[in-house]
Amino acid sequence: MEDKVIKTADKEAAQILEWGESRGFSTCFTRAEKLKPCPIGESGACCKVCHMGPCRLVGKNAEEEGRGICGATLPVIAARNIARMVAAGTACHGDHGRDMVFTLQAVADGETKDFKIKDVKKLYRVADIIGVEFEGRPVIDVAKDVANKFMEDFGRQRGEINYIKRAPKKTQERWKKFGIVPRGIDREVAETLDRTTMGMDADADSILNHALKAALANGWGGSMISTDISDILFGTPSPIKAQASLGIFKDDEVNIVIHGHEPTLAEMIVDAVYEPELIEYAKSKGAKGINLGGMCCTANEVMMRHGIPTAGGFTNQELGIMTGLIEAMVVDVQCIMPALTEISKRFHTKVITTSEKVRMPGATHVAFDEHRAMEIAREIVRMAIDNYPNRKTEGSHITETFPVIAGFSHEYIEYMQGGRWRASFRPLNDAIMAGRVRGVVGMAGCDNPRVPATGMHKYLVTELIKNDVLVVSTGCSSASCGTAGFLVPEMALENAGPGLREVCEAIGIPPILHLGACVDNTRILTIASAMAAEGGLSDEIGGMPAVGIAPEFITEKAISIGFYFAASGVPVIFGGESPVGASKEVEKIMTEVWMERFMGALHFEPDPEKILALALDYIDKARERLKLRKYEPGKFGAERVLMDMAARREIKGSPHAGVGGINESEN
Amino acid sequence: MSKIIASAAIRASHALVQKAEEMLEKAIGEKGKDFVFEFPDTAFYLPMIYAMTAFPVKTLADMKVALSMTREMLHEEPEEKLWKPYLGEALDSGMATLFAEEIILALRYINGLEPATDPETGYVYNGFITDTIQRNLGIALVDGRMPGFAAIIGAAPDEDIAVKIVRELQERNILIFLSGQSKDKNGEVTSVTKQLLRKNVALGWETYIVPLGPDTEHTLYALDWAIRASLIFGGKKPGDYKEHLKYQKDRVFAFAIVLGELDDVKWSTGAGAINMGFPAVCDTDVPVIHPTGVCTYEHVDKEFDHNKIVQKSIEVRGLKVTVEKPPIPVSYGPAFEGERIRKEDMFIEFGGQRSPAFEWVRTKELHEIEDNKVIIIGTDVEERYKKGGVMPMAVVIDVAGRKMQKDFEAIIERKLHHNINEAQGLWHMGQRDIVWMRISNQAYKDGITLEHLGVIHNTMAHHRFKSIVDKVQVTLYVDEKDVLALQDEARKVYKERDHRLAGLTDESVDTFYSCLLCQSFAPSHVCVISPERLGLCGAYNWLDTRAAFEIDPTGGNQPIMKGEALDATRGRWAGVDNYLKSNSAGAVESLNLYTIMDNPMTSCGCFECIVAIIPEANGIMLVQRGHTGMTPAGMKFSTLAGTVGGGAQNPGFMGIGVNFITSRKFLFADGGIKRIVWMTKNLKERLGEDFKKRAEEEGVPDLIDKIADETVAEDSEKLMEFLAGAGHPALEMDPMF
Repeated sequence: MEDKVIKTADKEAAQILEWGESRGFSTCFTRAEKLKPCPIGESGACCKVCHMGPCRLVGKNAEEEGRGICGATLPVIAARNIARMVAAGTACHGDHGRDMVFTLQAVADGETKDFKIKDVKKLYRVADIIGVEFEGRPVIDVAKDVANKFMEDFGRQRGEINYIKRAPKKTQERWKKFGIVPRGIDREVAETLDRTTMGMDADADSILNHALKAALANGWGGSMISTDISDILFGTPSPIKAQASLGIFKDDEVNIVIHGHEPTLAEMIVDAVYEPELIEYAKSKGAKGINLGGMCCTANEVMMRHGIPTAGGFTNQELGIMTGLIEAMVVDVQCIMPALTEISKRFHTKVITTSEKVRMPGATHVAFDEHRAMEIAREIVRMAIDNYPNRKTEGSHITETFPVIAGFSHEYIEYMQGGRWRASFRPLNDAIMAGRVRGVVGMAGCDNPRVPATGMHKYLVTELIKNDVLVVSTGCSSASCGTAGFLVPEMALENAGPGLREVCEAIGIPPILHLGACVDNTRILTIASAMAAEGGLSDEIGGMPAVGIAPEFITEKAISIGFYFAASGVPVIFGGESPVGASKEVEKIMTEVWMERFMGALHFEPDPEKILALALDYIDKARERLKLRKYEPGKFGAERVLMDMAARREIKGSPHAGVGGINESEN
Repeated sequence: MSKIIASAAIRASHALVQKAEEMLEKAIGEKGKDFVFEFPDTAFYLPMIYAMTAFPVKTLADMKVALSMTREMLHEEPEEKLWKPYLGEALDSGMATLFAEEIILALRYINGLEPATDPETGYVYNGFITDTIQRNLGIALVDGRMPGFAAIIGAAPDEDIAVKIVRELQERNILIFLSGQSKDKNGEVTSVTKQLLRKNVALGWETYIVPLGPDTEHTLYALDWAIRASLIFGGKKPGDYKEHLKYQKDRVFAFAIVLGELDDVKWSTGAGAINMGFPAVCDTDVPVIHPTGVCTYEHVDKEFDHNKIVQKSIEVRGLKVTVEKPPIPVSYGPAFEGERIRKEDMFIEFGGQRSPAFEWVRTKELHEIEDNKVIIIGTDVEERYKKGGVMPMAVVIDVAGRKMQKDFEAIIERKLHHNINEAQGLWHMGQRDIVWMRISNQAYKDGITLEHLGVIHNTMAHHRFKSIVDKVQVTLYVDEKDVLALQDEARKVYKERDHRLAGLTDESVDTFYSCLLCQSFAPSHVCVISPERLGLCGAYNWLDTRAAFEIDPTGGNQPIMKGEALDATRGRWAGVDNYLKSNSAGAVESLNLYTIMDNPMTSCGCFECIVAIIPEANGIMLVQRGHTGMTPAGMKFSTLAGTVGGGAQNPGFMGIGVNFITSRKFLFADGGIKRIVWMTKNLKERLGEDFKKRAEEEGVPDLIDKIADETVAEDSEKLMEFLAGAGHPALEMDPMF
């Protein structure tokens, strides 16, 4: 076999890619090959916030001696650049959250009949957390108050956002101590832009500190609001079986892809494709039916709630069109490649934009409006059906698909550990304490054409579970694992370490839990908080044997996520070259200084083996600090404390004591 | 793997819910939906459903509602491949199974099928366990006499193994419930109950072996018993299922030993029990569930070696049992206390009007005695003993210790009864000079000698009173003249002791004692024990607690300095209030020892007797545990008890020890015994002379005749009629409110 550059580790994707390349189609993979990243910008050394520049601070001793025209140092420039990425990421998820609040308001105000409160229990749970009375009140009134209260989070000028109090007390204290409790989501975004423009904050640490604040407005603000309102409106996910692969498209059916991030329109389309009239309409055009698939995070949202299959993550979007089987690719916001319309011209695929924020020349625009959502969904489905007769024979058809078990919400994870009567995080904490589970890694982020796409995810999760690390995945990491066939319970039997395997077998779970979309990284925050409250491990998020990894990160959203995890107390490792690599000082602040202040960090490390080693090291160090038994593969077990009558009288009102009753936590 | 267990648990829950529904439909067809049902002697309806959901099932129609709730807990079986998670679902199914089993057993009661009878032997199983039994056992649950509970399900490979396992549990004081059946090594379907019956093992509460019924479903009776611990002793509210289950996991040390093959119903019932934190250890090659968290340690484990299965089960539950066994050739422990020795099984006896006999504990100086020595004084001792029949017997126990006090003699003496009785094949009744002992033929065959009586006392006196007793020496006199001569001396001492005890008043001491023993089950309850008010369980008086504190300064009995008297009439002291604030988990701020009306004493749940106000009679009534009839308060004991237990103060209601009734401090601030307008015949008889004496002191010598009982009144109207006719003093007293 000749040496071939592996562009994607997704076998099915690689097959289509090869087919496309033989026809000279341009994709992100071919473009990435041709267009190398600018090394100055890549490492954060390029400043273009004013028109005296752009200034590039390169060369020997740039860190110490380099100055921009205004006198900005390299650390300041690198800090400003990454802070602005955080602001953009927070803005993205903030807007996502805002749209969800608008929809909830529309439902509460009776302005839309198409959506309803599907999960009243979750609504009450949320109401309880943010201090909205719910007992004995009409559901719709509660929903209204919840929506209004969340809406305040965006425009609030003073005070703190609602969900801050959801974090463990000690975590909150750290935030207060270093002044990074966000006031309002929009305010922190605006202030980041303000602070980082020419002639403003010239202290790298101060800039980065504020960036953490803006990031918390994402994690405990926009994203968390998005997750929770999605659950309220569309149901809190629980495990569901689905398929993943570019092979999900059907030769003889109308194929529609929903791509992007927000679940609102997607939910309507899911309903529409099951409507008999539309199915009949599809049949009238010669199709056997309508086949709906997802892509990117919209796929995660509808997969978790309805079992809609996914065609994969970010780098698969052009390849999907290259199957020649897609009648309509419906997109909303975020991660929509402008290249879509170009590739679609080669096929019959209609790219349909729906958000006022995402317009594309060459696409058909059908503006989404939550007030007449169903009507719009039907219109889109009809457009796709109408396009079916235009399908050409050309395209790279793939048939292999992989099963997936998705849908692990915080609520279900709690449930699965004890059922409705004994739901808790005690078994997970116990498993970590006993050394069955070495630690937990949150795998998140994008898939990147600059590395063999999805390959880093596949390598890392395989190694992690082999090392008894439980993996929770979100966003395009979920897609990467799904299209690799990893999100199945059998994965535990065949590939997990002996301790993790026992836990997976006891509960019946895959060793990699699909938690949802990229906004659902917030589920990891609340799970970590619940683990802290359960007792026996750390009493804050910081110090848990847990690490976040985004090995193929691309977006500014990912940077914002990395920042909020670090601020919340999680060491985070990003793959790829460092966007602050030009400044050692910034790198130090983001690792050592943050570790001391928040027990979190953000590393950039391109070498997957080093990522793995660093993650395991963080986990083992946390275990050591918590005085947990040293992790040894295949050796685990509870330290038994046998109770006599005197010991039993000493049991006070503590919650279920953990393994051996060590570390009683407050009730 | 665990999936097999989950699948079985889920399957059985569907089948059992359907079975319950069918039985219920049939019952409704026959009796109508409004047919009322309650389990015998419980205030908690169908206890599992009630504790978990707060829904009181009172009628067949209610059962229908309960079953519809149960349906919501059913799930699909996990698939062969690509399964979805099943643990939470299996646990839900287990709870559904318990609900269904509870309804099935209730319907069997309605149909007259419970308690079940074994068709072969005619043996009648225990069936549902009453509240009374639960409360009777209260103190044993907390003082170490009954540290754990084993449910043995199925049958052992053979009878000898069945006996072995049960004996081993008995020796560790573990209460044993039996249910279900399976095949023995010959492939015959049988049960441990039948295996024990064939080996003539005494069954029943006294011997810690309680056969519940022949089927796996009968295991539910044990779980119903457990869940009432959190209702009765824990004071957990019905419906607060998280609290109940946490209590079960943390405080009720129950586990299952599953012998023989498991079917779906066994797995599903087991899954229900795992919700409560009760693990199972099986003797067959079953899938195991080792990761912890729902139970404290392993959820399901296996042990093929029947010599190790008991120890393994105890460890899996996280239980520590400390047993002191004297070096004697028979089994030993509270589980053997309940055995009777019938005349035909008896080898030899002492006392009991058949021969002169007595027991006496004396304090000696350390140099006067030799530790652990047994001296037998008499003629032809060995020969006479070998012949069996009757012998005179003086048991003189000399103790010495730096912390020994004269007051402790009586306390050590009271334990002599248990010392002997706990040996298998030895039987003991009475104390002092009315003692009666028997040794069974079997025990004699096993090698019990006269010397062993002394050995037992030596070992147990050291064990029970380790920090008081430094040396013990036992002398047995078996010649009649010696016995009679020493008996006169002993009687003088008995009298002195009684006199001193009578002179002990609350005013004469500056220290009361707490009893926190029950905090392992009732975490907010504190008993305050004064010379004139014994513990509500009746088991501990002031001297006992004082000795207990000497024995174990960090134990369950702590001194309370009375401090300043804040209200001498009502019995309130600053020191007592302070103590309660810091030791009742914040539940009690202040206590009045001598009134029921304002901040009365709380209860754990194992009170001997309840005092309840009868407002219309301007007095109070008294009913003892075990009385199942109605009372003029409009509630039976079991229901009244529900309002008293759990460590909460309830003015107008109080749990007490029976002997408190004849104390001068009984409701002293409320008017004393003259407030008693109703008490059961049983109590009247038990209190007898003591009550008469107190009545005379109070100036109403015929008070007992003016007090109504169940033979004249079980409701308020009849009571008032009787009181008016009898001219009861309470009618003329100051209003209680």
